[in-house]
This record gives sequence, C-alpha cells and structure tokens, in this order.
Amino acid sequence: MSFEILEGLFEALNLIFSGNPTLYDITTRSILISGTATLLSVVWGAPLAIILGLRKFRGKTIIKSLFNALLGVPTVALGLILYLLLSRSGPLGFLDILYAPIGIIIGQAILITPITVSFITSAIESVDPEIRDLARTLGASETRASISVVEESSSGFLLAIIASFNRAIAELGVALMVGGNIKGITRVLTTTIALETSRGEVVLAIALTIILLSIVIVVSFLINFIQRRRG
Amino acid sequence: MKRNTIILTSFIIVVIILSILVTAYYTGAFESKRSKLVISTTTSLFDTGLLDELEDDFESIYPIDLYFISVGTGLAIEHAIRGDADLILVHDPSRESTFLLDGYGLCRKIIAYNFFVIVGPEDDPAEIEGLSPTEALNSIVEAGRNESLKWVSRGDSSGTHSKEISLWTIAGFVSTELSNEEWYIEAGAGMGTTLGIANTYLAYTLADLGTYLAYYDFGVPTSGKISLEVLVDEGQELLNVYGAIAVNPITQEGLNFEGAINFIKYLISEEGQNLIKEYGQDEYGQSLFFPAVELLKENTDPTLVSWIEDYAFIDGEECPTEYQDDHPELYT
Repeated sequence: MSFEILEGLFEALNLIFSGNPTLYDITTRSILISGTATLLSVVWGAPLAIILGLRKFRGKTIIKSLFNALLGVPTVALGLILYLLLSRSGPLGFLDILYAPIGIIIGQAILITPITVSFITSAIESVDPEIRDLARTLGASETRASISVVEESSSGFLLAIIASFNRAIAELGVALMVGGNIKGITRVLTTTIALETSRGEVVLAIALTIILLSIVIVVSFLINFIQRRRG
Repeated sequence: MKRNTIILTSFIIVVIILSILVTAYYTGAFESKRSKLVISTTTSLFDTGLLDELEDDFESIYPIDLYFISVGTGLAIEHAIRGDADLILVHDPSRESTFLLDGYGLCRKIIAYNFFVIVGPEDDPAEIEGLSPTEALNSIVEAGRNESLKWVSRGDSSGTHSKEISLWTIAGFVSTELSNEEWYIEAGAGMGTTLGIANTYLAYTLADLGTYLAYYDFGVPTSGKISLEVLVDEGQELLNVYGAIAVNPITQEGLNFEGAINFIKYLISEEGQNLIKEYGQDEYGQSLFFPAVELLKENTDPTLVSWIEDYAFIDGEECPTEYQDDHPELYT
C-alpha cells in the first residue's frame, strides 16, 4: 500500500511541475483570498491589540480571555453562522456576498482575528516595560513612547501575521460553506482537496496537499529568515 | 528605531492599497455582463464530473455563468427554500413533490435516470449476488445479525439515503430501528467517503453507479480506490431519477428564474441529452446516466416508462400543470 502512496506522490509532483493551469489558478486564488483576509484582520485587529497591549482599563482581562477562547473556534461552526447570516433570507442577505470570494475573505478574516489580536497583544506585553520608561526619561511624549514599544514588538507582529495567514489558507469550513466551492470563482486549495477526494481523484488531491503544505512551510521559513536577519 | 518606523509605515500603505485593489476586484468593478445562475446539486451528479462538461457547453451558448454548489439533495432543497439557489438538480421524487407543492419550485423536468447498485465484498458473505433488492436486503440483515457482515448507510439525508430508507421499508424493515443494531454503520458522509468506509470494513452499501465507478479500482489495488463489487443492480426498486426544478422567483428577491428556465431548456435539448448519454463512455466504457426526455415523450420502453411514472411522477404528471408557470413548451 505504501508504494501506491509514493506513486501518488510522484504523479502529484509530475502534475505540479507540468504546469497544470487549473492547479496554478486554484493556488493563486487561495493565496489572494487568504492574503486579503489576513490584511483585513490586521487592519482591524492590530489597533485593537495595541490598545489591549498598552493601555490599562476595566474589562481588559475579559476581552483578552475572550479572544484567547476564540482562538480555537471550529471553522464549520463559523461557516454555518456566516452562511445563515449571508443567505438571501438571512439578515445580511442584501449584501449578496454569499458564494463569492469576498464572502470567504470576510469569513476568514473573522476566523483569524482572535489569532492576530492575541498574538500581537502578547508580543507588545512581552516588551520590556523599561523601554517605555527609558523613552519617556529621554524626553519622549506618551505617544512616542508607545510607538517605540510597538516597534520593539515587530517580530511578534510578523509571527501573528504568519500564524493568521496559515490558519486562513488551511481552513475548510468557511471556504466550503460560504464560498460553495464554485469552479473558477471560490474553489480554493482546501475545498478542491475535499472535492477531488470525494470524487476518487486522489492524485490531484495529493498534488494540492503538497502545494498547500509548501505554501505554509515556505511562508513560515521566510519569516523566520527575516527575523533572524533583523534580530 | 527609524528603520522600524519606515517599515511599519510602508507596510500600512501597502495594506491600504492592496485592500482597495482587491475589494474593487471582488466587488465586481471588473465584472462581466454575464448573468449568474446558482445551482444547488446532488453530489452524485457533481462528483462524476458530468456537470463540468454540461457547464462548458452551456456557457459557450448562453451568456450565463453557472455556479454549482454540490451538496446532498436534502441540503440542496434547503438552499433553494432559503433563496440561495436559482435551480436544483436532485434525485428524490417525494421531496421534490413536497418542494413543488409547497410553492418553492416551478417547471420540474425529469432529465435523466439510472439505477442504484448494492455493492459489497467480492466473496459476498451474505450471498446476495443476483438476488432481487428485497431478497438481498433480507439476506444482509440476517447475516448482519449473525455478525458475519456490516452495512454502511449514508445517514446524511441525501437522495441516496432516502432511497436506502425506502428500500428497507419495501423489504419489511424500519431503518431507524436497524440503525441501533451493531452491524449497521451510519456514515453521515458523502458517497465517496461511505464507499471508502464500506471498503475498509468489507461491508455492503447502496451506491449510485457514477460515484461507484469513479471509486472502483478495476482490479488493480490503488490507494484511495475500492475493490467492492456490484452484487445487485437490477430491479424496479433501484431506479434513480434525476429532476431539475427552477426555484419560484417569489421565494426570494433577486432569483435568476429566466436563467434557470434556460438551463432546463438546455438540459432537455437534444444537445444536452446527448451529452448526458455519452458521459462516461470514454472513461468507463459505459454511460453513467441515461437521458429521460425522449424516453418519456416517445414511450420507447413502456416498462421503464411505467417504472418512472410510478416512482417519480407527481399526481400522475412530470410536473402538475399549475406548476408549469408560463412554460408549456417544456412539456410538449
């Protein structure tokens, strides 16, 4: 049996290097959709995380634990909730973004927001408090001192972005239920893997799995590399 | 410090520019004039690849883009009721009838048929090969209770699952009672996964022919393929009929009813029917689906036609007149 898996692997590599247009189309779409979702989650997550990390206020712990708890939200659960909201007969049906890439983007952005917020918050909190004090001693304003703390935590920022992107591109529930796996429109890597497996086309599924794993690994290595050079 | 600031600022600028571009792209700033038709379909049609072929042909003729959502018949109907699909392609006559009579559907057309198959391990411990479906199920229950085999049920409210339930009923059993017995496994999954489970347990299951062939290893053990054999494939009870129903535009605002009618017209056209007939010949040496339009119109095989009428007609008609909307041309 293991030989067949190897054979499948070999055929899959062949498929990847023969430049199959569908394969590249799906891969590009996956990266675009999940990349945009990551950007969105950073746009609204980072300011929140900076406030959570720098300011002290009532209820801060509750908000932080809420985001920590949401780290593990099941993607199918979120997919179902979003489907019901975005369905034509749902409260947000008028937006008409069900079965469209923008629907997946928003869904994935919501899915990964807890990761973005939690990771960035803890990165900021882990910066030595003396840096802020030092900045202030050197005559910096409160805002300026806060900026230097955020700057110091930039590697944590990068880690948050990568973890978020990897979760987004690897998730299936939201893409399937909100996107509908429509050929040429919302068909991404994970939904294609599920589809091709259920069609009995295991080789193509293996090829796509290799691509998916490669993206996740390459992105992680790249960030590691950047961090090492900076650090 | 300075460098960090520059990096952070440029990052934010890049984010903003990209967001604007991508939003413009996806919200349709570059969208074409083609209309979109969302079709919720049963997995057994979709997983065989037939719909991909029909899609390519249809989209080259009509300025309509087809969006297939592949789910079980149960969910396909649910999508339609919620107004999330313009058309459904399903295979569950009794639920299709409810759907029509509840006012959600219009212009139902029977487009194709084939037969379900009961598959099982090659050595066939229940000795069902060649039996009628009813006899076969009785043997399976008996052997199952003697702990010599297992049965895998779809258990997912799909059209195939409905068929299985009705087969158990015809054979004199109640499927919900059987599901408490140890030899009866409920997969709660699509056809492919169910076949995989049956293959692992060397169990029996009910399958649609198309998915079964897509999964069958043709005698060569292959990872991800199955070696279960077709043991029962004949009998009126195994008839499987596929219907297309346009979603009634009053169900929800914004439905593409006109597009749905066009697609139904295409499916019953000579071109569409030929494509259905020939699909699978190249890969499997046999058709996976048989076109139903000419058969019903010309009554070329009276026995078969009477089976379809018995099984898939609603109040004695393919689609009762009051649900034909203003499209009698579909039924002549």
